[in-house]
Amino acid sequence: MMPVLATETISDFLSDEWGWSHIVALAGAAIAHVALIGAFFGLPAFAGIWAERKVSGRIQDRLGPTRTGGRFGWLQSLADGVKLLQKEDLWPNAADAMLFRVAPYIVVIASVAAFMFLPFSDGWVAVSLDVGLFLALAILSLEVLGIILAGYSSGSKWSLFGGMREAAQMVSYEVPLGLTAVIPVVLAGSMNLDEIGRMQEGWFWNWFIFHDPFTMIAFFVFFTVTLASNKRAPFDLAEAESELVGGFHTEYSGFRWSLFFLAEYASMYFVSALGVILFLGGWWTGIAPIDNFFRTNDTWVVNYLGNVLGFAVLLIKASKLVFLQIWIRWTLPRLRIDQVMTTCLKYLVPISCFLFLGAVTWSMLLPGRSAFGTKSSLGARAVETATVDRSPGHGLEIVATPIGTAEEGAR
Amino acid sequence: MEMLLFTIFACAACGGALAVVLSQNVVRMAFYLVISLGSTAGLFFMLDADFVGATQLLIYVGGTVVLLIFGVMLTASGPFLTIKSSPGDMVQAILVGALFLGMVVVTVLQVDWEGNAVKLEGQYGASSLERPGYNQRGEGHTTRRIGAALLGARFDKDLGKQSGQLSTGYLLPFEVVSVHLLVVLIGAAYLARAKRRVRVPSGS
Repeated sequence: MMPVLATETISDFLSDEWGWSHIVALAGAAIAHVALIGAFFGLPAFAGIWAERKVSGRIQDRLGPTRTGGRFGWLQSLADGVKLLQKEDLWPNAADAMLFRVAPYIVVIASVAAFMFLPFSDGWVAVSLDVGLFLALAILSLEVLGIILAGYSSGSKWSLFGGMREAAQMVSYEVPLGLTAVIPVVLAGSMNLDEIGRMQEGWFWNWFIFHDPFTMIAFFVFFTVTLASNKRAPFDLAEAESELVGGFHTEYSGFRWSLFFLAEYASMYFVSALGVILFLGGWWTGIAPIDNFFRTNDTWVVNYLGNVLGFAVLLIKASKLVFLQIWIRWTLPRLRIDQVMTTCLKYLVPISCFLFLGAVTWSMLLPGRSAFGTKSSLGARAVETATVDRSPGHGLEIVATPIGTAEEGAR
Repeated sequence: MEMLLFTIFACAACGGALAVVLSQNVVRMAFYLVISLGSTAGLFFMLDADFVGATQLLIYVGGTVVLLIFGVMLTASGPFLTIKSSPGDMVQAILVGALFLGMVVVTVLQVDWEGNAVKLEGQYGASSLERPGYNQRGEGHTTRRIGAALLGARFDKDLGKQSGQLSTGYLLPFEVVSVHLLVVLIGAAYLARAKRRVRVPSGS
C-alpha cells in the first residue's frame, strides 16, 4: 500500500496506480471518504452512549451496564440500537407528516457533513478548504433547523416548547461560539483547520490554549458554548425531561428518534475535536522530539506511523473532552431558560468580546510571542510554511508589499 | 460527473423555488426555501467559490430561514398558517415573474461567453492559477482573493504589474457595512430592551 502515500489524494491513487478512469476514480474516492466519515459518525455515538451510561452510573454510585457483550456492558449501544430499530415508526395525527419525517434527516446530514472539514491528522482531511472553520460552523448551525422543524411539526405542545427554546438558545449561543472560534484564527492567520493544527507543532506550550491568558480563558468559554450548542446539560432545555416529557423529540419513536441521538453524540464528538484542533494542539503529542522524529524521517512507513499516532492523539484528546461533557451533565443541575439566556447574552458575549480584543491586541503588540516567551516559531516560521511553501508567491507578497510599490517600480 | 451534480443541484434549486410558490403552508414554504437555497450553495461550491457558498449556507440557510421559522412559530396560528392567494394576486405575480425571467434570459443570451473565457484566461491564466504545483481547489483561491480585496489589495489584478495605477479594493465599503451592522445591532438591543418604568427605590 505504499503508493497511497506517494500520491496526494485517494482519487489520484486510484487513477494512477490502479488505472481507473478519472470519473470512476473520483467516485471511488468519494465513496471511500463518505465511508470513513460515516464510520466517524457512528463510532463516537456508539462509544459515547456506552460511556454516558457507564459514567452516569458511576457518578450515581451504580455500576451501569455490566452484562451486554460479556464484560463492562460494552455492547450496550448495539443492543439499544437493535431495540430501537424494532420499534414502530409512528407519527401523531396532528403532525405535519412530511416535515415530521424529514426533520431527523436534516439533523443527521448537518452533523455528518461537518466531519468533512475536520482534519484527523496532518493532512488527513476529506476537504481541506481555506474557509474550513467557517463552513464547518455554518453546516453545524443547520442542525438547529432540523430540531426546530421537529419541534414544530410534531403537533404537540411539549415539542413546540422544546423547539422554541432550542431556537432561542442556538441563535444566541452562535455569537460567543463564533467570537471564541475566531481567536485561534487570528493567531494562525488561516481559517483552514489543517493549517491551524499545523501551527501548534512542537512542545505543548505552542498549543493555542497556552499562547496567552486570553486564549486560555477563550478555550473554557468555547467549551461552555459548545455544551450549549449541543444542548447538553446544564443547557439541555430543549429536551428537559422533567418539564417537557422529551422536548422536541417527544413524539418520535424507533429509528427516527435514534437518529437524533446519533446526531447529538456525533456532534458532541465533533465540537470536542474542533476544540482540540483550535486550542489543544490538534494531533500533536505536545512533546516535540516525538513529533519531530516522525515528521523528519524520510521513510514513508515512519511518516505514516506518525500520522497514525497523530490520529490516535486527536481521538484521545477529543474523547477526554467528551468525557468532560458527560461528567458535567451528570453533575450540574439544569438551568432555567431565562438563566440560559442571561448566561449567554449578559456574560458569555461580553466575555468573548473582551477575550477577542485582548487576543488581537496581544498578537499586535507582541507578534509571534506566547505567554511563555520561549518560542519564536509561531510568528515568522508559521507564516512561512503556511503561505510560501504551499502557494509559492501567492500569499506573502500581499502581506509584505506596501500599496505604493507599483509606483515605486515605475520610478 | 460535474454535469450530473450540476443537474441534481439545479433541479433541486428550481424545484424548491417552485414548491415555495405552489405550497400553501408557511412552514413547508420555509423548508422548501431551505432546499432551494442549500442547492444554490451547492452550485457555488461546484464553481470553487467556497467562501460564497459557505456564506450562503450560514446567512441564508442557517440564519434567515431559522429566524423565519422562528417568527412563523411565534406568530402563525390557524388562519395565518396557510396562505391562499387570490386570482388577481396570481396574475400580478405571474406578470412580474415573467418580466423578470425575460430580462434575465435576454441578459444571459447577450453575454459573449467564448470571448470572455478567452479574456479571463489571458488575465489569470499565466499569473497564478496555472503555476506548477499550484492546487486551485486546495488553496481555495477565491477566499484569499476576496479577503485581500476587502482589505484593499487586488492582487488578482495587480500581481506582476510593473507600473501604473493600482486597482481599487473594497476597504471602504467593507468598513461602511461593518459600522452599519454595528448600528443595527445596537439599535436592535435598544428596541428589544425591557422598558421598565418602575423606579427602584435606592437604599431600601
